[in-house]
Amino acid sequence: MTDPAEPIVAPALEMRGITKRYPGVVANDAITLEVHPGEIHALLGENGAGKTTLMNVLYGLATPDEGEVLLNGTPVKIAGPADAIARGISMVHQHFMLVPVLTVAENILLGEETMANRFFLDRNEAHRRIIELGRRFGFEIDPEAKVGSLSVGWQQRVEIFKALYRNAKILVLDEPTAVLTPQETEEIFAVLRRLAAEGHSIVFISHKLYEVLEIADRITVIRRGRVVGERKPAETNEDDLAELMVGREVQLVVDRGVSHPAAPVLHVQGLTASDDRGQLTVRGVDFDVRAGEIFGIAGVAGNGQDELVEAIIGLRKPAAGSVTLDGKDVTGHSPRQLNEAQVAYVPADRHRFGLILPFSIADNLVLTSYYRSPYARGLLRDREAIDRDAKTSVQRFDIRTPSPNAKASTLSGGNQQKAVVAREFDRELKLLILDQPTRGLDVGSIEFIHRQVIAKRDAGTAVLLVSAELDEVLELSDRIGVMYGGKIVAIVDGPTADKNEVGLLMATGGERDMTTETHVMGQTA
Amino acid sequence: MDITALADGLYGIPLLGIVFQIVGFLVDVIPSNAPNIMNQSTPLALAALCGVLCERSGVVNIGIEGTMLAAAFTAWVVGVAVNPMFGSPAPGPIFGLTIPLVISLVAAVLVAVLISTLHAWLSISLRADQIISGTIINIAAFGVTGYLDQLISKSSPAGAGSFAAFTPPTELTNLPVIGWLIAMFLNQGPIAMSTIVIIIGGQIWLFRSRWGLRTRAVGEHPRAAETVGIDVIRLRYRNVMLGGVFAGLGGAWLSIEATNSFQIGMTTGRGFIALAAMIMGRWTPIGAFGSALLFALFLQISQLIKIAPPAGDLGTVMSSVPAQLWDALPYLLTIVILAGVVGRSIPPAADGQPYEREAAA
Repeated sequence: MTDPAEPIVAPALEMRGITKRYPGVVANDAITLEVHPGEIHALLGENGAGKTTLMNVLYGLATPDEGEVLLNGTPVKIAGPADAIARGISMVHQHFMLVPVLTVAENILLGEETMANRFFLDRNEAHRRIIELGRRFGFEIDPEAKVGSLSVGWQQRVEIFKALYRNAKILVLDEPTAVLTPQETEEIFAVLRRLAAEGHSIVFISHKLYEVLEIADRITVIRRGRVVGERKPAETNEDDLAELMVGREVQLVVDRGVSHPAAPVLHVQGLTASDDRGQLTVRGVDFDVRAGEIFGIAGVAGNGQDELVEAIIGLRKPAAGSVTLDGKDVTGHSPRQLNEAQVAYVPADRHRFGLILPFSIADNLVLTSYYRSPYARGLLRDREAIDRDAKTSVQRFDIRTPSPNAKASTLSGGNQQKAVVAREFDRELKLLILDQPTRGLDVGSIEFIHRQVIAKRDAGTAVLLVSAELDEVLELSDRIGVMYGGKIVAIVDGPTADKNEVGLLMATGGERDMTTETHVMGQTA
Repeated sequence: MDITALADGLYGIPLLGIVFQIVGFLVDVIPSNAPNIMNQSTPLALAALCGVLCERSGVVNIGIEGTMLAAAFTAWVVGVAVNPMFGSPAPGPIFGLTIPLVISLVAAVLVAVLISTLHAWLSISLRADQIISGTIINIAAFGVTGYLDQLISKSSPAGAGSFAAFTPPTELTNLPVIGWLIAMFLNQGPIAMSTIVIIIGGQIWLFRSRWGLRTRAVGEHPRAAETVGIDVIRLRYRNVMLGGVFAGLGGAWLSIEATNSFQIGMTTGRGFIALAAMIMGRWTPIGAFGSALLFALFLQISQLIKIAPPAGDLGTVMSSVPAQLWDALPYLLTIVILAGVVGRSIPPAADGQPYEREAAA
């Protein structure tokens, strides 16, 4: 809709030659970005490419060293979030900026309160405006509902409502679909198209190539702080974009080859477990994982996957049911016992459970084996052996670091995850449990980790893969179990699975009931 | 039907009888002691409100105990110093109000706000550990007030004077059924009486005002609040400092309303009990006030049992329990509540976490 042949209207937003330096890095190097009214403009780039810095500049959270921001052709200085909002810029953050215990109305009002007088809120007027806004965009929303009880898709809508309530003309969405099911993504896309049609300008930040191709009018690709290309969806494809984004040819979908499943290694039967609050979140789960196959578990976050994995690996006491490894009952065995029985585990949260961030990479690499030979002799650790093997691992797993003795906290997310993978994969395994193995990683690291997983499968390891990224589950799994409300509601064949069908199962558990699900809580990260 | 016979019958059944007697005892003593219970709950309610203000915005303040103690000392010492300057005026017609007393009260509040500001600076700006900051305040307040008190006591000063309770007309307090409630709320000194207003105001403030909404948001998810343009740091400062006002009033109550004296460590853990009341009241002003009343009731009962134990089996049982155990009752109740026996109470999610701004420009 924005043909460069007729530049009659000034761009709603123009960022011209933005440079932002941080000690040691140039986060943004002369970035120029133009967004026209009614345009959906995608900003594509890997993690650390400078997307967030650029948006922080726009939102007044960072002051650029060079360059300027123009709104409707006028140069402006944006002093901070409040100023940005006042100028009609609103941001929907990747991690929702919603307060779970407050109501929808309170969340929308916050910071831009509709007042009855100087001191008190005008709730009735606020409710009226929210309901009216909802009608305009074709969905009904209950202003009195607690945000924490809404599904992730609805929370996303509340975020967009927040922006609209402030009469935002420019809407920045940072990875808005990261946690949504395909159906929810479609619904949000419909909302975005409607907003664009009403003349809003939308900046859509993402690293999901097919989504960008689907929704954007124009795509700007940035790499290492620089704009490396601008495309229209019609002129490009996923491979082209990936290459631009990474700077080399990338295999987006790892060739999974043919699997040769053998006898079951892991047998889970009637497993039941509760979460930290004592709510029963795993309600009788049965499945098998065979040697040499990848069994994927798909599901919207918060449907019991975390507790299921923890119950298997010995981090959570199962309330009922059994876990059998190679015919031996290992229910309730400790993580170390399982580790010694050749079970490896890559936890979902690498910062809290995968690594000890203030420790060196070398120490992190021996977290599961530091107490035994060759890394320990009696009560003492063998530094030499630890350092020697750390060097090899760093090379073999391409962990980019100046030294194996650097702290794990100094690594980028992708390299941190490679360190976890190096520790867990680098030995003979019977069972490999992966919980969100590529969450938040860039395509290069994802490719690397996926290759390693396939290699493990081909070596005859049974792999259990849990991921909220449906694409990841579809790309890797030989069989897929869909988890919903604490149960595996269906098991489908991996290579032939239909994305929409699985997505629907994830969202509804097989029942066609689209009401908001209270078990999908907006928990604090 | 003869109720006495029924009552006697119930008294006869062992466990049920005890319960029945306890209820009977409470129904008997609560109305007559209501003004006292309300009065005793004043410092707890004010300190708990201070806690609500701080914690709802995400700052843990265990220094309330020390803040109150310092305020109590200030009120008394300023009263002692200022009273002669005004020629030791006779108590005024309402509340025994005199200019020196008002000056003492203002001084107490100022000192409490000052100490709260110190806590705010340590825990918000310097991002120090909030428990340690609070502990420092408690230890310092105890030490400094104790030392100064000893110095001043040597010259055996005249009293600071104290507020008097308002006496509502007997026509009102003698009304059937509600008379005791009127006495409870009106037969009070100025600090106790205003506590009721402050608590109700606090409740409305927290849930109906812009400041209250922002407070709740900042205590739960400060980053979310900042992204909509709210100054998290400033709001936390304001809340902690306003909290100091209420801790100051609570402290002044101890030395110039409830008594006309200062004793070393005279807060006797009220600042901590108040935190328990805050938790039990689920971080709401009215809930905290209700809990404070409950604590005060226990305090009162422990006194009554020593002075006038109830008649019958219950009295025999009660007076056979060592008096010290009854004194410990409110504190035991605190432990039970903090251990989470009385329902689960979820604190604000960002409670106690220092906030760092997203990006330094």
